[in-house]
Amino acid sequence: MPRRIRFVEALREGMRQEMERDPSVFVMGEGVGPHGSCFKQTEGFTAQFGEDRSRDTPISELAIAGTAAGAALLGMRPIADLMWIDFSMLAMDQICNQAAKLRYISNGQVNVPVVYRMTTGRSKSNAAHHSGSFYSWYINTPGLKVVVPSTPYDAKGLIVSAIRDNGPVIYLEHKLLLNMRGEVPEEVYEIPLGVADVKREGADLTLVATGAMVGLSLAAAEAVAKDGASVEVIDPRTLMPYDGDAILASVRKTGRLLVVDEGYRYCGFASELIAFVAEKALEVLHQPPRQLTTRHTTIPFSPPMEEFVFPDAARIAGEIRAMLDITAQGDSSNG
Amino acid sequence: MDEQTRMHLLKTMVRIRLAELQLAIMYKNGKVFCAAHLYEGEEAVAAGVCANLRSDDCITSTHRGHGHCIAKGMPMKEMIAEVCGRITGCCGGKGGTMHLFKPGIGVMGTVGIVGGGIPLATGLGLAMQMQKTDRVAVSFFGDGAANNGAFHESLNLAALWKLPVIYVCENNGYATSVAVGRSTSVPDIGVRGTAYGIPGITVDGNRVDEVYEAAAEAVARARAGLGPTLLECKTYRIRGHFEGDDSLYRTREEVAEARKRDPIEYWKGRLLGEGVITEDDVAAVNAAAEAEVADAAAFAENSPFPDPQDALVLTNQA
Repeated sequence: MPRRIRFVEALREGMRQEMERDPSVFVMGEGVGPHGSCFKQTEGFTAQFGEDRSRDTPISELAIAGTAAGAALLGMRPIADLMWIDFSMLAMDQICNQAAKLRYISNGQVNVPVVYRMTTGRSKSNAAHHSGSFYSWYINTPGLKVVVPSTPYDAKGLIVSAIRDNGPVIYLEHKLLLNMRGEVPEEVYEIPLGVADVKREGADLTLVATGAMVGLSLAAAEAVAKDGASVEVIDPRTLMPYDGDAILASVRKTGRLLVVDEGYRYCGFASELIAFVAEKALEVLHQPPRQLTTRHTTIPFSPPMEEFVFPDAARIAGEIRAMLDITAQGDSSNG
Repeated sequence: MDEQTRMHLLKTMVRIRLAELQLAIMYKNGKVFCAAHLYEGEEAVAAGVCANLRSDDCITSTHRGHGHCIAKGMPMKEMIAEVCGRITGCCGGKGGTMHLFKPGIGVMGTVGIVGGGIPLATGLGLAMQMQKTDRVAVSFFGDGAANNGAFHESLNLAALWKLPVIYVCENNGYATSVAVGRSTSVPDIGVRGTAYGIPGITVDGNRVDEVYEAAAEAVARARAGLGPTLLECKTYRIRGHFEGDDSLYRTREEVAEARKRDPIEYWKGRLLGEGVITEDDVAAVNAAAEAEVADAAAFAENSPFPDPQDALVLTNQA
């Protein structure tokens, strides 16, 4: 019987196996040592690898990011934990001006094999400074790759690929997914960066979703299936570079595109995908594409307001029904 | 300091000076088309520090980094060609005057963001320590960067982990247009080392022997695993922040006064006075540097520009 483990365990196992394989791999960040990180992503690492390779740091995001990049220039493969994507803004210069650009401006004379790990997205009333989904900022920076796994299986395969990649990779862990269980092989495996995964096949509409939106979109697809709608759900898994071919192939089949994104809509990942499909295959679309994103506001604290600003399964189902011009039968999830 | 080192310091300073003056001419005649930040007057810092480094030691540097690259061993023609945007430049024209690399000899990058190189050098030091080598990293930065968060975060971390990094603050009196007294809470930036529990030393950055000796001690400490040093070298930025800067924020008299403390004249005077060299030796050093600079400038001007399409090599677009 296949083994089922939690997302955070899969991520940890991927890091641990890479650290066992390659002595140049190490983790650094505030609390990654004996505490084992905020969500226990590095639990047991200090005991197994010592403090040298499971390296606690001060809360110095800029120095964490820059020191990791500098160590990567000399062949180390640091995994730098910035804890929350919101905190990574303190490290912007080192991530976006330095790590992202060093390979290019040196004309390929250096590699920067660093992974910047951050948690992302909504959780429970984490409010304005702990709920961000700012990955479009990183997508918008040439030189960075951006990875957002949505399952335990993907979490492990993608962290292995991110560690082995020779460029800086932003690896985002959605807080609501950390306890999700799923089948994960014990052996090491890679999921190539830039390859999407069709999470559900369908014929009427292509729904592209990422991170925690994947599960919600699958639930919505299930709900509308009762109404006769056949929705294909695609998870790009890597947001930069994204798998345009997989999305185009699906849209050519279904003729409809809905993108569900926990980021904001303006210059966001969803708007990028819609622009991409419009440029490449507008003629195959039966109707205008749509996007469902987090509403364009600071994330509020109080639960009813927080609930209101994020996409949820009911709103996703509502978008699908609107696009397919169907009404709900026998359930009330269209809110 | 042995005789060979004394001569080396003189040669390095003269080579840097003449390269920078050549770039100033090339800026005037349009061959250098960018905002060039020249190093005239500060040569003793690069020369004195880098004379203590091996080729496997690494440096990071700043927007005013030509001198550091030359002192660390970058061939002058690759440097000038890069400043001129040519394909033969050290970065094939992708980097330019503020982004110079030559990893094989430890030039791990000059960066255009004030303070940006400090965390990177800290990371170089971390790798050197984790790889159990006795290599050292040097971060050159200015007085402006000493007021930047990158400075604080990096020095704390390097002190905490005893990293083999020498933080060389070139206090040249100005952070762009703002005088150091208007930007900095203490007269000597070197004292800030105390805040991190590391040696913080202030030397006359126009006296290459003082720089050399202080750097030698800092490098020895770092190689021995005793941790980082903050070394402030007080110097003066003879030219504007960039070529074409109107320098309205300071007086001509101030600059004229500073020119009297020229680091090359000081060192020449010392060596002549002590009978280490003759006027003929000085002339030979100048002639060799002039020839090298002329060759490098001609090499740059005769080199092709990159193909426009090269701009998209090494990108990761979808």
